[in-house]
Amino acid sequence: MTLRIVPLYPELLSIYADRGNVRVLEQRARWRGIPVEVSPLPLGADLDPAAADAILIGGGQDRDQALVAEALLAQTPALRSAIADGVPVLAVCGGYQLLGHGYVDQGGQRTPGSGLVDLETQAGPDRLIGNVLVEVDLDGHRERMVGFENHAGRTTLGSGVEPLGRVLAGAGNDGVSGHEGCRVGRVIGTYVHGPLLPKNPWLADLVLGWACERRGLDGALEPLDDRLESVAADAAAAIALAERR
Amino acid sequence: MPGHVLLRLAPEALGELAGGLPDGTALISATNGKTTTAAMLATIVGGDRAVCRNVGGANLVSGVASALVARPPDAAVGVLEVDEAALPAVARAVAPRVVALGNLFRDQLDRHGELEMVADRWRRMVDGLPAATTLVLGADDPVVDALGDGRDLVVRYGIDDPAVARPTRDDAADSTHCVRCGAPYAYRAVYLGHLGDYACPQGDHARGGLDFAARDVRMDGVAGTAFRLDAPDGAHELRLPLPGLYNVENALAAIATAHVLGVPVARAVERLGGFTAAFGRFERLQVDGREAVLLLFKNPTGANEALRAIAGDLADSRVVLALNDRIADGRDVSWIWDIDLEGALDAAAGVVCTGTRAADLAVRLRYADLVADRIDIRTPPEAAFDAAVRDAPPGGRVYVLATYTAMLDLHRVLAERGLTRSFWEEAR
Repeated sequence: MTLRIVPLYPELLSIYADRGNVRVLEQRARWRGIPVEVSPLPLGADLDPAAADAILIGGGQDRDQALVAEALLAQTPALRSAIADGVPVLAVCGGYQLLGHGYVDQGGQRTPGSGLVDLETQAGPDRLIGNVLVEVDLDGHRERMVGFENHAGRTTLGSGVEPLGRVLAGAGNDGVSGHEGCRVGRVIGTYVHGPLLPKNPWLADLVLGWACERRGLDGALEPLDDRLESVAADAAAAIALAERR
Repeated sequence: MPGHVLLRLAPEALGELAGGLPDGTALISATNGKTTTAAMLATIVGGDRAVCRNVGGANLVSGVASALVARPPDAAVGVLEVDEAALPAVARAVAPRVVALGNLFRDQLDRHGELEMVADRWRRMVDGLPAATTLVLGADDPVVDALGDGRDLVVRYGIDDPAVARPTRDDAADSTHCVRCGAPYAYRAVYLGHLGDYACPQGDHARGGLDFAARDVRMDGVAGTAFRLDAPDGAHELRLPLPGLYNVENALAAIATAHVLGVPVARAVERLGGFTAAFGRFERLQVDGREAVLLLFKNPTGANEALRAIAGDLADSRVVLALNDRIADGRDVSWIWDIDLEGALDAAAGVVCTGTRAADLAVRLRYADLVADRIDIRTPPEAAFDAAVRDAPPGGRVYVLATYTAMLDLHRVLAERGLTRSFWEEAR
């Protein structure tokens, strides 16, 4: 039983080192003896929902966003079916925006999104750039999420959509609501890269656990020695707080 | 008068100052290699003329203005390294005789924006250049090569030796789709990142003909590189005391630009033979019977190339990796995940991580399967350096890969100990 991690269009969607997220999931499975393989979905190919146990959507250059949006739109039924089967989806930055209904750029031009999550994004007058610290409530306990954001889009969540966390330092979804990201079931969207998973191993294991369950494996993962990650996250959190904008 | 004050008082002063240089001005820009290329060019043209140049990384508009103000009274020619984003403004003001453009890679996205935005600014900049300006273009980069479209005075350089090509393109490769139609390029050879000998499968764009080509390239680890230079006037043998294909690209750019400025190729080749490294670019120094090699790294492609250059000489060595996240380094350190670190340091006896983001590096190494007991974290950079020197066997090597401000910090301490010339001293 091999776990299959599927990054979508990595040739276009890996501007902020999104491959780091793929690497972290792959290694954390391998270190626990879980057979794992990474099968990227190339542009123009069709997603087989039965052949994916975790789906990652990264961020791309602005000029590629329309190209990616068009491709992703064609895969929306397959994505919907995967999500219904319990496949986790982790979408970062541009990928997060594509989860929503659409993106309106500074010129007023609208690029439609997949509509998988009830959210909408509108470009703001400037880019929100800097270190981020977020607190996330997770089934009764609280986790800290650190990273870096760099986005012009302001994302508004639909009334039924929960944010992933609360911003302690940084801008988050729109710079005003205090919300960062979204979470609907096993679908997670966020503006935080850095990349996201290396300094937030709890989130990596959350996604990995869901992927295992979906594959019929035990989702309760044995703990790993994450002391280096803790030191790195502490440093990132201190920097984010010190430069609080 | 500092450059930024001058610019406010007299915005047209830049052009007037540059106009006072009888042999004209060369502007040099690229994501990777602009400092080394400019240093090489200054070495070549400095053999027979006084040169006005900016040093110490002062490559924004204000730095260029300061260099022009403080130029030697007999300066005949300008050799100016210019930041990629500042280039359009400088080119507009200076009316350069030659503009040398090397490559564009993703670099400090929080500061420069996306690669495509920089490329667009360069395209508009080229459109506005006087017809008498010669473009020297790194033809191995598709985006740079295409900047020569529709211009008369274009000189192209590149590497043409499939024997030193990479088997595949790096994950960090950027411009891999045809600049005209968007189809993925087919590569006959990949040299670094997306640099290579490429052609659009639909025939819309291919690498231009090379006026200066490096062939029969022989790499000799950190000791240097030799190659045959095929130039418009015939073949020359060049021995470069700097390692890596990057420096082959830099040397080609410098020789081609010097040629436009009137230096015969044979003389340029001879003068480059004695070239010494610019700040943190394969600087070598002796410490307690060990050799330290200092390498700047600032983006994935540059880091990959530095790692490749030292790959064959890592046995018994210690490696110091120094990552800072100050503004000049880029606040966003994500890019370390785009470096091909998997397996790259396995031969080293130990790796010490340092800098404001030392732990980010340690995490990166962990996921590259470097075992934890070979990863050490020590700050500040000189503490990491001292530990690495102490642990290296006598006669062994310590490689220091550091981002810009981390290298500055370390350099300052080493200069205080008398181990290297001070960077600022060198700059004056």
